[in-house]
Formats: sequence, C-alpha cells, structure tokens
Amino acid sequence: MNRDANPLLDVAGATKRYAVTVLDHCNLQVRAGEIHALLGANGAGKSTLCKIIAGLLAPNAGHMTLAGQPYAPANKQAAEAAGVQIVQQELNLIPTLSVAENLLLNRLPARAGVIRRKELHVRARRALDRFGLSDVHTEALVGSLGVGRQQMLEVAAALDRPCKLLILDEPTAALSAAETKTLFQLLEQLRRQGAGVIYISHRLSEVAALAGRITVLRDGKYVCTQKASELSTEQMVDLMSGESSQQAARKIGNNIAAAASSEQVALRVEGLSRGIVQDVSFTLYRGECVGVAGLVGAGRTELLRAIYGADIAEAGRVYLGKAPRPHRFRHPGQAVAAGVAMVTEDRKQNGLLLSQSIKINTTLSAMWKRFSIGGLIRHRAEEQAVRSMCESLEIRSTSIFQTVGALSGGNQQKVAVGKWLVRDADVFLFDEPTRGIDVAARRRIYRLLESLARAGKAMLVVSSDLEELLEICDRIIVLSAGRVAGIFERDDWSAEKIMQAAFSGYVADTPVQATSRKPAQKTARKTTRRRP
Amino acid sequence: MLVQYAGLLIVLAVLVGVFSYGSENFFQKNTFVSIANQIPDLTLVAVGMTLVLIVGGIDLSVGSVLALSSAVLGVLMVQYGWPLWAAIPLCLLAAAACGLFNGMVSIGFGIPSFIVTLGMLEIARGATKVVTDSQLIYIGSAVEPIGEPLPGVLLSPAFLLAVAAVIVGQFLLTCTVFGRYCVAIGTNAEAVRMSGIRSAPYSISVFVISGVLCGLAGLAHASRLSSADPNAAIGIELSAIAACVIGGTSLMGGRGSVISSFIGVLIIAVLQTGLAQLGVSDAQKQIITGSVIVIAVIVDALRSRWVNEH
Repeated sequence: MNRDANPLLDVAGATKRYAVTVLDHCNLQVRAGEIHALLGANGAGKSTLCKIIAGLLAPNAGHMTLAGQPYAPANKQAAEAAGVQIVQQELNLIPTLSVAENLLLNRLPARAGVIRRKELHVRARRALDRFGLSDVHTEALVGSLGVGRQQMLEVAAALDRPCKLLILDEPTAALSAAETKTLFQLLEQLRRQGAGVIYISHRLSEVAALAGRITVLRDGKYVCTQKASELSTEQMVDLMSGESSQQAARKIGNNIAAAASSEQVALRVEGLSRGIVQDVSFTLYRGECVGVAGLVGAGRTELLRAIYGADIAEAGRVYLGKAPRPHRFRHPGQAVAAGVAMVTEDRKQNGLLLSQSIKINTTLSAMWKRFSIGGLIRHRAEEQAVRSMCESLEIRSTSIFQTVGALSGGNQQKVAVGKWLVRDADVFLFDEPTRGIDVAARRRIYRLLESLARAGKAMLVVSSDLEELLEICDRIIVLSAGRVAGIFERDDWSAEKIMQAAFSGYVADTPVQATSRKPAQKTARKTTRRRP
Repeated sequence: MLVQYAGLLIVLAVLVGVFSYGSENFFQKNTFVSIANQIPDLTLVAVGMTLVLIVGGIDLSVGSVLALSSAVLGVLMVQYGWPLWAAIPLCLLAAAACGLFNGMVSIGFGIPSFIVTLGMLEIARGATKVVTDSQLIYIGSAVEPIGEPLPGVLLSPAFLLAVAAVIVGQFLLTCTVFGRYCVAIGTNAEAVRMSGIRSAPYSISVFVISGVLCGLAGLAHASRLSSADPNAAIGIELSAIAACVIGGTSLMGGRGSVISSFIGVLIIAVLQTGLAQLGVSDAQKQIITGSVIVIAVIVDALRSRWVNEH
C-alpha cells in the first residue's frame, strides 16, 4: 500500500479481539475529498473497523490519526466532536419522536429546559431541504416513515453535524433507486467539500461507480487498497474470497458427505416466497447436509422461517418425505408435527428459555409425545432422557437443574440442539449452528450433524462461515437478494464461485456463470456426486 | 421440599411469634379459627392469580368477577327460589365466562391482559349492579353451611375448598404438561412458539381457571356474609397480587408457586389480625402492610441477583 503523506484518516494496525480475533492489524487510509469503499465478505471485519473509527468500540491495539492529529475517541460523542460521523446498518432513530426531534436530538434548542419548538422545526426544515428531503414533514413521527426515508434521515442527521469523515455501513440496502441517487449526489457534494467518506456496500456496481479507492478485508485482515477504476467486479470478488478458493479444493475424506447413503427425498420446496425470499425451490435428500450461503440480508434465515411456518409463506409449497400432499405451515407446531425441527439463530431471543433449567429446555417440545401419560409428567423418564442427552452431547453443567442462562454459549447451543434430538425429527433446519461457540463445541456439533446424516436425517444449514459450509455440506444453495443464485455440488464448487453467486443478485452487470446455475428441481442426481 | 418454602415459613413464624408476644390473646385457638375462616376468598383468588402471573399475564377483574358470581347465586336463590346445588353451577359458569372473555380477547387480539381485565373489572362490576339492582341481597341460612365451621373440625368447607384448590393448583403447575407449558410461555413465548407449541389454548385456559376460582371465591364470600353484596371484594386483586409477590411469583411471568402464594395469603392475614389485636389503627395497618410487600419484593430481587451471581 502506498502510504500517503497526509491522509485525512490513518488507521494503522487496528486489532480487536473477543474470544477470537475479529480484526487483525488492519490498516486504512482515507484521503480528504475521497470516497473510500471498504469491501469484504460477512465477518471480514468491516463493521468492526468502522465501529473502532467511530468510537463505538475500543481497539486492543493499533493507533489512528485524524487530519494529522492523534485520534483515539473514547466514545461516539468524542468521535462526533472530532468530526467523524457514522450511519450504521441498523437504524438508531426513535420511532415515537418527530423527525425534527430525532434530527436534533442531542442538541435540541431550548431555553431553561423548555424546547423552542419554532426554532427546532425551522432548523430541521433547513437541514431536510439541504439533503433533498423536502417532502418529509418535520412534525411527522419517524415511525410513520418508510425504512428508506428513515435511512436518509439518519444520513441527514449525520451530515447536519460538523463532518470531516462520514462512515456509511450498507446505506442503500433499504433505499429506493431515487433515494439512492439523492444519496450519491449528497456524497459527491460532500467529497467536493473536502470531506472523506468510508462506504460499505455489497452492491459492487455501486462501489465501482462511486468509490475512488477500495480497501479489501478478509477474515479480519487487511488485503489491499486499490483504485476502483483498476478493478472489475469479478476481481473484487476474487480479492474478497481470496485463498479460501484453494482451501476449498482440499476434500475432507471422513466428513458428512460419506455418511449420506439414501437417495430418498426428505424435503422438497417449490416456489417458496415470503418477504425478501422469492420463488425458492430445491430438494433435500435423506442423509444429506445442504448448506445455505449468502450475504447478510440475502434471506437465509427468512427461508428457514418460511419453511418452518414461523412466518407464513406467501406462495409456494413444502413436500415432506413420500407424502404426496404439500404443506404450507401456518405455525411451527404443524411443522414439528410433520417432522421438521428448527434450531434458531438467536438462542437467547427465541431458542431457549434462559431462566429455566436444562431439563425444562431439553424436553420442551417432547412433553406430550414422550414424557407424559394423560397430561401427567413422567418425571423419572424425563430426567433420564435429559441426563443421557447431556452425557452424549458432553454438556458441561453442575446438574440438569442448572439454569441454561448460566451455561457457556457452546453448552447453550448443545441444549438448543439436544432439545430436537430428544423430540426427534426427519428434517433439521439449523440457523447458524456454530455462531459464537468455541472450537471444541463446534467440533461436537459437526460430529452430531454427521451422526444425524448417518441416521438418515436431512439437514439444511445456514451459516455465514463459508469455510464451515464447504467442510460439512454435500451441496450448497446460494441465495442472493432472496433468490436462488446457484446450487453447487462438492465436485464443482469453489469459494470463488459461491461468492460470485452470492453477489450476483446485487450486481446488475455480472450475470451468474451459466455453469454454476443448476436446475432447481433436479430429480435425477448423479450417483457419482461424492468423491471418496 | 420444605426448604423451598423455608424463607416464607420463617417470616410467618416470626410474625406469629411477635404478635403472640405483643398480645396475650393472639396465640389462641379462636384467633387461628377466625383467620382460617376469613381467608378462603383471598386464597382462591390468589391461586388463580398465581397461574395467570406465571403465564405472563395479570387478572385485575377478580374482585368484580367474584361479586358478579355471588350476585348470580343470590338472585337465583332468592328471586327464583333455586336450591343451592342448582345455583352453584350457574354461578361458576358466569365466572368462567368472564375468564374466557379475558383470555380470548387478550390472546386473540394480542392485547395486554392488564388492559382487557381492567375493562372486565368495570364490566363485571356494572353487571353485578344490574343483576342486584345495586342492593344487598340477603340469602340467609341456605348458603351459610359452606362458610360455617364443620362440627368437630372447626374449619369451614370453604376453607377446605381453598386448601384443596392450593393443592390442585400446585399439582397442576409441577406435575402436568399443562403447568410446564404455562411456565415456559411465561418465560419466553416466542421460544415456545419456535419449539412448535401453540400457546393460546394454555394461556386462555389459565384465564378461565382464574375465572372459575373467582366463582368459588364468590360462593365462599356469599356464605360468610349470608348475602350477595354488589360492592363485595373491591380491591381484592391488589391483595391477591401482593400475596403472590410476597410468595415470590414474578410479575414478568415464568416463575411462581401456588403454595408460596398461599403462604403469602397467610402472612397478610396474620399481619392484619395481629395488628388489629395490638390496637393498631387502620391507617397504620395500611402503612405496615404496604411496607411488608415492598420489603418482600426487595428481598426477592436480592435473592435472584444472588442466584444469578452464583
């Protein structure tokens, strides 16, 4: 990387560690009057780096300078005072307050604590007009605006403060074409005034059109900084996926793939649509582990939820096993009764009863089926089943009566999975099964998937960790912007191809490679599919 | 099993000790008999309230439903001349209908039960006044046997009924799938849904149970006063909630015990009776009772923090 003599922002060796290192000695230089794009796959460390720059996270190592001065913001307020503004992916507005109040929230014009409404609205009006939001009423409640307008409002709020450096994390995800255009004009204007912009987006065509230079991160590490004009979108994808494409080539001999034996259909999804998920079709065979890859917001979790009936599908059908009659589940209860289980992404939110015991969590779904007679609980059978589950999954706890909330993340996840082992199902839907858990627990979960495959269960695994999917899956379905962008088999996949497909829905000018798109409802599968 | 209730039982024993020391009339058979015969209504209501709180709801309509069911009993027996055994089912049915309404509206439309039952508090009280023409209905001896001590036992059928409700309630909570799912729903309804369990039937049933128990409480109330009072049991919901809270039931749902709530009722009753015997004024009684409730909650908060840290 050519080091500039006087960059606006200079980040050197920024490092952030939790249990694992998520950002490893990253560098970034942003010039004044430059729009600088930050690229990387999920979990590459883009958001972490931005949060460090914006004072939302304290780095474990590294130092920064802003306009030549040492810069180490203690918090967001300090960063804002120094002229660094951030607009994050998730909205930070208060929906029950008016547009004007949100816009000027931390500097409401007031006299003796009483808000001067007239001045508030005049100032808000001026700001809105400046940022092309003249159709937004200052008295409107923010909650009544569309998501796109809210996003624009956040940008306006950031720009209304003194701004030397603006950080935008996926700003266009919720914007309409017209709003995106307005935003780009604003950014261009800001650039000409000599401010710096750090821009994160999955939409590579956007990046190519907007950015002066691009910095690529991969697995928390700095890869390179290049002029945007010198890179094609394919090259960008290559840089982001990097060496993982070679790693993917190594085949893992004794993995789940070998365990699959049967060619019987376990789950067939036809034309499923719900929200962002559009017209998704695929088939899952018994003894098979199929991955679902895609970028954040590509509709992976939404797909699982629609299959499971957690959200009711708007269109499409789900066939299970040999049953000729299709389902469209309206409640998870129907899916469970039909033999589908789902391990949710967010254990704390909707996967576990944190304040209840391991025992209660483990048997929750199976109470009627296995542990009761005429509605009375068979305590002894229940405790026995829970104990043996804890033993076989190596759940570390003081007793089966311990509160789940007191367990480590890995052990919590084992309980969340163990619950469905106790209930039993034919099709398992896993949403990020190894998120936030340590290596040992992760391995235990992989072994578990393997044994499920051997038992003839079918598994659909959503994961943001592509390496993981490449290791454990027989096939990988790639979703991009809610649609199936490709279904890859072990013998013809590579991290590169998968990344390409994952981005394809967002890049108008790079069509999906014809070879990677398989007909969705493939009935005859190659039996030589799996290599020893 | 007693360990679980040790804290509450110690509080109860300390109160009895203090009052026995302060008033020589307190530690007498008569005192305990009179307490036992006063608490059936509150106990029955508190059992229902405990279940409702565990499932993550609240039932503010209990006092009005109690009054309505005793009014139905009174009108049927006095104006229509029905015998007691025939009037009881209808009186319970009226109460169950109120509970069903609470449950269906709050679960079906996703409205907080606080609001729905607040509405029912007014509706049922109004209905009571319509039924009774806002007059006290004197029923007389036909209903009295339920509230009078049984010969030899010194305890009334109403008290025995309340104790039975406590036992059945606790059994329901700890030994049935129904109870297990109520606890689960109160802990995290979304996680229960994602586990493939439909929570609506359980939640609605709990409100119906609370209604029926209010009906039984109405019966007990009417028998003690030999009449149906349209202004009966105003504010009993607060005493019932207080009893549950003293017993450690969480207002956020997911945690509670019927037996603990019963001990909570006993603590309140002993406090009331004991303070009265010490000659404490009504105003001071209120201050002390209120303080005990707040202290109980503080102790409970400290306890759960301690549990979380260890």
